[in-house]
Amino acid sequence: MATYSTNEFKSGLKIMIDGSPCSIIENEFVKPGKGQAFSRVKIRNLKTGRVVEKTYKSGESVEAADVLETDLQYLYSDGEQWHFMDQESFEQHAVDKAVLGDSVKWLKEQDVCLVTLWNDHPIIVEAPNFVELTIADTDPGLRGDTSGSGGKPATLETGAVVRVPLFVQIGEKIKVDTRSGEYVSRVKD
Amino acid sequence: MLGSEIHRGEAPLLHSLRYSLVTTIDWQPSASLELIKARADLLAKIRNFFHKREIMEVETPICSRYANTDPSIESFTTLYTGPGAPSGLPLYLHTSPEFPMKRLLAAGSGPIYQICKVFRNGEAGRLHNPEFSMLEWYRPGFNHHHLMAEVAELVNSLLPEPRPVISMSYAEAFKKWLDIDPHNASKEALKRCAIKSGIESAHHLDIQNRDGWLDLLLSHIIEPKLGKKSLFFLYDYPASQASLAKIREGKPPIAERFELYMDGMELANGFHELTHADSQRERFEKDLDQRKTAGLPSPPMDEALLAGLASGMPDCAGIAVGIDRLLMIISSAQQIEETLCFAIDRA
Repeated sequence: MATYSTNEFKSGLKIMIDGSPCSIIENEFVKPGKGQAFSRVKIRNLKTGRVVEKTYKSGESVEAADVLETDLQYLYSDGEQWHFMDQESFEQHAVDKAVLGDSVKWLKEQDVCLVTLWNDHPIIVEAPNFVELTIADTDPGLRGDTSGSGGKPATLETGAVVRVPLFVQIGEKIKVDTRSGEYVSRVKD
Repeated sequence: MLGSEIHRGEAPLLHSLRYSLVTTIDWQPSASLELIKARADLLAKIRNFFHKREIMEVETPICSRYANTDPSIESFTTLYTGPGAPSGLPLYLHTSPEFPMKRLLAAGSGPIYQICKVFRNGEAGRLHNPEFSMLEWYRPGFNHHHLMAEVAELVNSLLPEPRPVISMSYAEAFKKWLDIDPHNASKEALKRCAIKSGIESAHHLDIQNRDGWLDLLLSHIIEPKLGKKSLFFLYDYPASQASLAKIREGKPPIAERFELYMDGMELANGFHELTHADSQRERFEKDLDQRKTAGLPSPPMDEALLAGLASGMPDCAGIAVGIDRLLMIISSAQQIEETLCFAIDRA
């Protein structure tokens, strides 16, 4: 079992806490001039996203989490599971909807996502920061309005709904920032 | 400009190597030039303060054949080889100039101060650098309350705006913020108090002694509240944390020790000094026992200090102040490295 001592703590380090893989966000060395030294860390539980504070005695060891972040290509969904592939090894991973969370509404076949694997199982799938998707449905809006003010909802080919300017029409492809869920621009093919 | 350094006829590969070295090594200071100058001003003002009070500046060895035995402080070691030591003499870098300064007091120096770098292994973080600057001074005839007053005068003379002074005993502070008696509460009660106070991981912490739990509570819960807009003196510590302070007999016995806090940060540690040679030897021996139990190295206790104490050291109070942290307060820096010309990662 691999372990890390508190001297190896730094942000981004992946450790096991109460059976869950976690990532260190912040690590502070705390020590009275004449007294016990501690590592006070802020940690994100990678499965739940919850952030907690933990204190360790300096020199204590903590189990390492076998966590790997890697780029995987989204292949297809069979309705039950979403299938991804490592483009170098061609190894495939099946992901449940619960793990995909919000990312699911941005996924288009062949897009490459950052996937966090714990013991070789996907636990987080991050959609690309920017995706290009075709508009499946939106109100025709007013022709000639190019001001971009106001806007209207548009349903994309993946089912996601974003606000777009009035001049954007069905069948057009747009660029969206998946972190904010906001329209960025039209894409000319 | 880096681009202008290309030498005529130099091979492109050599140039790119040269370029990558120049660009990847962090050669620049950790501190801004403004803070480097603020440090120089601070040192000048401190020296002026002591000069006016006729307190003598001294220099004592950084490398010593003896070391601090405190179980929570680790020394760096080095080896002197040369005339007088053909097979090498292990030397310890001082963690504070306390022991030789006390030998000077025993030799009749009168009041003295020192500004020097001290070294503590294993300490690095937002408020720690393994080598740091310390101001240490001793006042024959003072007790810890007299010295707290002088510390307040010095620090207030260095701050952009003087601050009010607050003093509270260790017991009062634990009563006020944790509703617990730090002198009598059991280890289990302290652990329960830590859990109740929101230190969630206290459940799993393997801390063997009461003082470890007191350190946890002090550093996590109380310290952040101390000295927000004041100079906060915490004084009269549990006898088990006496370090090198006199113990005042009573129920409970009290260590005549104090610390200064500002903006939630420990800035100084002072004692009404223990002057009794036999008691000092007992404390060194107890430290070394604790070190042995904890599997820590056992450095040699300072026999020269013990001999000096045996010959008679005047009753006095002494204090160590972290100069880098003081500079953090003066300049509102958030990290100690902002005050250091070159912090450990650039040293």
